[in-house]
Amino acid sequence: MATRNSTLVLCAIGFALLAFAPLGISSKFYLDILTLIFFTAYIGQSWNILGGYAGQFSFGGVMFFGTGAYASSILVNSFGVPAIIGVVVAILAGAVLALGVGYLSFRSGLRGSYFALITLAFAELLRVVANSLEITGGGVGLFLTYAPGLQNLQFKTPVGFYYFALILLAISIAIVIWLENSRFGAQLVAIRENEDAAEALGINTLRRKCQAIMIMGAMGGAAGTFYSQKYLYLDPPIAYSVHLSVEMLLVTIVGGMGTVFGPLIGSLVLHTVNEVTRNFIDTPGLSLIVYGIILIMIISYLPNGLIGLFKGRGSKKAGAAQGDGDA
Amino acid sequence: MFSASLSMLPAAITNGLMYGAIYALVALGLTLIYGVLHIINFAHGAMLMLALYAAFFLFHLFGIDPYLAILIVTPAAFVFGYVIYRWGVGKLSGGRDQNILLITLGLSIIIENGALFFFTGDQQTVSLSYSYEAVDLGFVFLSYPKIISFFASLLICLLLWALMTKTDLGRAIRAVAKQREGARLVGIDVENIFAITFGIGIACLGAAGCMLLPIFYVDPYTGNIFVVIAFTIVVLGGMGSIVGALLGGFIIGITESVGGLLLGESLGQIGISLIFILILILKPTGLFGSKV
Repeated sequence: MATRNSTLVLCAIGFALLAFAPLGISSKFYLDILTLIFFTAYIGQSWNILGGYAGQFSFGGVMFFGTGAYASSILVNSFGVPAIIGVVVAILAGAVLALGVGYLSFRSGLRGSYFALITLAFAELLRVVANSLEITGGGVGLFLTYAPGLQNLQFKTPVGFYYFALILLAISIAIVIWLENSRFGAQLVAIRENEDAAEALGINTLRRKCQAIMIMGAMGGAAGTFYSQKYLYLDPPIAYSVHLSVEMLLVTIVGGMGTVFGPLIGSLVLHTVNEVTRNFIDTPGLSLIVYGIILIMIISYLPNGLIGLFKGRGSKKAGAAQGDGDA
Repeated sequence: MFSASLSMLPAAITNGLMYGAIYALVALGLTLIYGVLHIINFAHGAMLMLALYAAFFLFHLFGIDPYLAILIVTPAAFVFGYVIYRWGVGKLSGGRDQNILLITLGLSIIIENGALFFFTGDQQTVSLSYSYEAVDLGFVFLSYPKIISFFASLLICLLLWALMTKTDLGRAIRAVAKQREGARLVGIDVENIFAITFGIGIACLGAAGCMLLPIFYVDPYTGNIFVVIAFTIVVLGGMGSIVGALLGGFIIGITESVGGLLLGESLGQIGISLIFILILILKPTGLFGSKV
């Protein structure tokens, strides 16, 4: 319980500081970067629930984002439904899609690389479909009108989107803290550690995994609405980009999988690295090379992610694993 | 309109077979690496793209025909793969499978952006003196490059199959794939076999790159186009199966070109993802898959 309380206190202080930050930061540049860091951390957190806690690596996490983005954008564009209602539909769409994908894959017993590949395939399938339908604007994409206002989830200043992203992040962290302290979360961890044993203990692993992917799907759906209302443009390569699928797992793994703050730390560090290298090296590609190198170094030398640096180095399990690797 | 499409069906199938043989070659490397190391090489597409650039520059700077460049690019790709695994991926991962996957992912980011930096994002193509000469089969015109690529791919598949089944090296590789520890006990240098297998997998990409160049284009992202196709073929054929990769390549090649014919350019791609998903759900071991 002590850890739980200290986590909650840490969160409360952190979010209080971040909530007042825009009073001190007037630069649009920094606000935008912070917004992006929150957004990536949020989407990483959604991956963390299924990947970090339940141990099911998805390589197509972007499919919920893209479907949510299309759901709310189509409602706005074709039916004049305000985005604040659209986001609810986007969340539902993400969850329903997740249930379908999760049920089909988990019921067939797909694990490990097979699960990773089928999620990748679903994302590809959706990209191809979105590319050929009329209602999604096909390859041309959808343009949304700029009409700032809370009901449209659009804002005149970057501060609005800053708070939007901050709220999303806060919700995602709350979900994960709840997960850490709930029976449901413990069952997910049991599945991650040894699925057959979990099944033998009477955990309905299919149901639990489906629930975990549905939470991920719902969160992804909301992220889609956030994106489309912020950037006002959506096309299939953006909506179902492999890049975002990869980014959500990278920030989580780099930060620390199966931890409350892993995705946030990962997002903060990777975005900072990205911005700094981009400032110093103004050539396309080079900053991402540095990004790739740092990624490999972290995976090689910090098996528990960056958060492993803070959490007592006495983590025997990690030490033992490291020893095995060197032998 | 539909009848017009149907009359073009034999042509579409033939074209699909032509591309299918090259797809098989791309997938062969992936399936071989999976079969032995039990990992998915996420840098596969990026490395194919490097091979395409290698063939492109050999042609552009020295005028070497891409089909002759196979003799240079394939061994070079083997060395590249061997070195990358032996002193890179294998060492850094500490032998943990999940880490290998993520490190190859990092590697693909580095290679792709390295290409963007050095070669810019422009699309490059080569034009050979015989690029536009074709054979008329009655129902389809087949360009020389397509025909050469098709038979060369088949030949390389055959060579690889012979290597795996007839030689001591092949036996050692299969032994490591089946029983890592057992192979170690009988004196096989497992780390070396891993690196050799990785090298052979990348060598296949070297050959595939040379054969794709005359009928395709190259830019830093070309590899991505083939990654999903290669995964599909590998899963379809059964992870680790050489025969499966060849057959899977043909099925996917035909699916793609017939799908494009019947459903149009953009929706035609749907066939590949659908096959991918259906196979995974219905028969995850693939057509020729054995549990390695």
